[in-house]
Amino acid sequence: MAAFVLRRLMQSVVVVFVMSLIVFCGVHLIGDPVHLLINPQADQKDIEAAIRSLGLDKPIWQQYLHFIGGALSGDLGKSFIFGESALKVIVQRMPATLELALAATAMSVTLGIPLGLYAGLYPKSLASRTIMASSILGFSLPTFWVGLMLIMVFAVMLGWLPSTGRGETATWLGITSSLFTVNGWKHILLPALNLALLKISLVIRLTRAGAREAIHQDYIKFARAKGLSNRRIIGVHLLKNILIPVVTVLGLEFGNLVAFSVVTETIFAWPGMGKLLIGSIQSLDRPVIVAYLIIIVLMFVVINLVVDILYSVLDPRVRLGEKSA
Amino acid sequence: MRSMGPPALEVSNLKTHFFTKAGIVKAVDGVSFAVAAGEILGLVGESGCGKSITGFSILGLVDEPGRIVAGSVRFKGEELTTASEERLRSLRGDRIAMIFQDPMMTLNPVLRVDTQMVEAVRAHRNINTAAAVHLARDALADVGIPSPEHRLKAYPHELSGGMRQRVAIATAFINKPDVIIADEPTTALDVTIQGQILAEAQALCARTGTAMIWITHDLAVVSSLADRIAVMYAGRIVETGRTADIVSAPLHPYTKGLIGSVPSHNKRGERLTQIPGMTPSLLNLAPGCAFRTRCSQATQMCLAEPELADVGADRAVRCFHPLLTEAGA
Amino acid sequence: MTLAAESSPATAQPAALAVETPLRRFLSDYFESWVATAALALLAIIVLLAIVAPWIVPQNPYDLAQVDVMESRLPPGEKHSVSGYTYWLGTDGAGRDLLSAMLYGVRISLTVGVLSGLIAMAIGATVGLIAAYAGGRVESLIMRVVDLQLSFPAILLALMLIAILGKGVDKIIIALVTVQWAYYARTVRGTALVESRKEYVEAARCLGLSHNRILMRHILPNCLPPLIVVATVQTAHAIALEATLSFLGVGLPQTEPSLGLLISNGFEYMLSGKYWISFFPGILLLLTIMVINLVGDQLRDVLNPRLRR
Repeated sequence: MAAFVLRRLMQSVVVVFVMSLIVFCGVHLIGDPVHLLINPQADQKDIEAAIRSLGLDKPIWQQYLHFIGGALSGDLGKSFIFGESALKVIVQRMPATLELALAATAMSVTLGIPLGLYAGLYPKSLASRTIMASSILGFSLPTFWVGLMLIMVFAVMLGWLPSTGRGETATWLGITSSLFTVNGWKHILLPALNLALLKISLVIRLTRAGAREAIHQDYIKFARAKGLSNRRIIGVHLLKNILIPVVTVLGLEFGNLVAFSVVTETIFAWPGMGKLLIGSIQSLDRPVIVAYLIIIVLMFVVINLVVDILYSVLDPRVRLGEKSA
Repeated sequence: MRSMGPPALEVSNLKTHFFTKAGIVKAVDGVSFAVAAGEILGLVGESGCGKSITGFSILGLVDEPGRIVAGSVRFKGEELTTASEERLRSLRGDRIAMIFQDPMMTLNPVLRVDTQMVEAVRAHRNINTAAAVHLARDALADVGIPSPEHRLKAYPHELSGGMRQRVAIATAFINKPDVIIADEPTTALDVTIQGQILAEAQALCARTGTAMIWITHDLAVVSSLADRIAVMYAGRIVETGRTADIVSAPLHPYTKGLIGSVPSHNKRGERLTQIPGMTPSLLNLAPGCAFRTRCSQATQMCLAEPELADVGADRAVRCFHPLLTEAGA
Repeated sequence: MTLAAESSPATAQPAALAVETPLRRFLSDYFESWVATAALALLAIIVLLAIVAPWIVPQNPYDLAQVDVMESRLPPGEKHSVSGYTYWLGTDGAGRDLLSAMLYGVRISLTVGVLSGLIAMAIGATVGLIAAYAGGRVESLIMRVVDLQLSFPAILLALMLIAILGKGVDKIIIALVTVQWAYYARTVRGTALVESRKEYVEAARCLGLSHNRILMRHILPNCLPPLIVVATVQTAHAIALEATLSFLGVGLPQTEPSLGLLISNGFEYMLSGKYWISFFPGILLLLTIMVINLVGDQLRDVLNPRLRR
């Protein structure tokens, strides 16, 4: 097991390096690094000073080393708009985004799995067909439009929930989050739902496909022949088999969720990384964009690693893959 | 010969049809046999003749688009075809157990062996887990699995095919059922393992007085194991009788063909006898005797469907021209 | 006495059925679902409307002479104060007739979506075919790149590209193509791999046919079914992505307003209750994406050999 983790860690490090290379090339070779990294508003003398300090007059490989050196010590450039370290600016907003992504994942699981199970076990029923039809709706609906409609209905017309912003936060076990307050939940409900809608359809379809396939397997029939109750068959035998692919996909999709939060955060004025990114693109605050990219890549790599480990924990066939039968 | 008490299981003219888009598949179309306590009945037939469906029908495990359309299944006098699902559930695994063919897929790959055996016990009895584990351990030992404590904690894919099938057998016996339906349990295993398992099953049945229906396509297997044989063709039972009688003096042309195709029956260098033609599709069975198109004895009479008729002590055959002339009935 | 060979289940249907060509069977399978049929019909209507939009719109929303800011933000059903023309879906913030703006919008959305899809398909299919046919190191390298790109969320990739390249219609299309080509490459490579192992390819090689010919005439046609399915789904994605980008303000410029931009324009009026400015374009966008998805879904079920009913 340890060997497995170590191997995956090494692979992840390689990936991160490759990605940093790509990012670097993207910034320095495709775009104009002078405009990307140095505030175009500055006057000529400052620009020249900045060029020297950033090492933009040096050969490219030296610049890359400088870049890596800076990255490893946490310096990814200074934001034009905020005047602070770009990294700091992003990290400050990370908790909000993570909150949102977690809440959305939780919602899609609690709603998606039961619905998908039902649709898979009773495929011909009216309820199932409705569920499947709406799941098509789920990934056809553009996220941003749904967000608008949610605000329209729940905030403006019905006035039940606030339309924008993050709620109050509370600290628990050293973590500060708005998930710990009621007010926080009122604020997070709509944006999380908005994000979750994408994933709910996915979870429903996955669970349903898994259930439909698994229900015909011999071991299910054997379980019935043993006289087990339906509840046990579905709750233990079926579910454990289905959960493996669902968890894997959800884990991998978590990164996607964080990425898509750019849209949700913009609509609901949620103070997370995504909103920051959009603002930075519009105001051409490029150091922040570059820093965001690096952080996202890191996050993806970490998530992939965690999911891989999780998968081997859940599926005994994979875990003991080195042992022969 | 084992004791011939009242039948533990009695199947009469069972018919299970599948209503598919392409038509009605008459998987089981007239199956009748009885098994007494402690007796082993061999249900023999080619692949696709409906033997497995017979087994599932007895337990009420036939799924859509199939269902039992006629006939009766009596377990110790109780009618099962009309029993409630809850009643059937309580009988399954407890009084009537089943062993499946493919040991690879009958055990849930993500659950441990002990979990799967313990749940079989606790579904029918109110005992705590520790006691159930103890029972499981003993059951594994009974089927000849070495160091059962370790095997209990294993996952199915860590065991060999033969071992897994033994686990399945142990699970079937664990609640000391009255009837066990074994659906081709050794077909997927090596021949040597097959022999061991056959012997173990036979011994277990003798010891516990359990009736067993051993479903197989291999006549050789069943002739050494079973007390009585029922031969199945195209969804119908075409002959039943004591093993010795059937093997030495088969009445139905199909049975004769089956026996003749077993290689050991041939002398060296002789051509293997074959039954000409192919098994009919159960979707569009021609009317009349199903074996008609491949039978050397077939006549105009065979255009009508023969009934399963008793022809002597514990002997029945479904044929208009049984091979009575070959040996004395 | 022996009977003729028994019938197999597949031909249990009456012999009165006409000759069943693959095309005919495909069509009859497809139209089995009334939902998919309705979706296809609706899609055809939308495409038609998009094509003839300039000729049928009641008002050219981009002709400044026709647009009057005094007419702005009128709810649906109001009449033009001068000509008496009814604004069926209301007007937007600048006084444009929403219906006309929407028709132009769907035209642009569809054009950008389909165009980028076609380019991505051409690039992706080529790469995929090369990968499958070349095999070995070349294939590994290509597929690594493909996998890497596919594991990265499309929207981020698009945002990054736009951040680096800048705005403009051509940049958007480049971004959309970059985001999509990998799907096509992976699909085509997968199918081509399966096909190239099949015997007819070996036979063709034995006959001495050139690589090109084998690729083009033998392997590629068999890759078409999954390619078509992926193409429909990807087009829907592309349209949605472009709308999202436009909504965020980093998509198509104001001079080529797609549905996304219209929705974005209406955002500010939402909180004051003037929902229609965002709502109707949204419905049209939603409908377009949905019918493409529905058609793609049915195509996938019909063309999938493993789901033979």
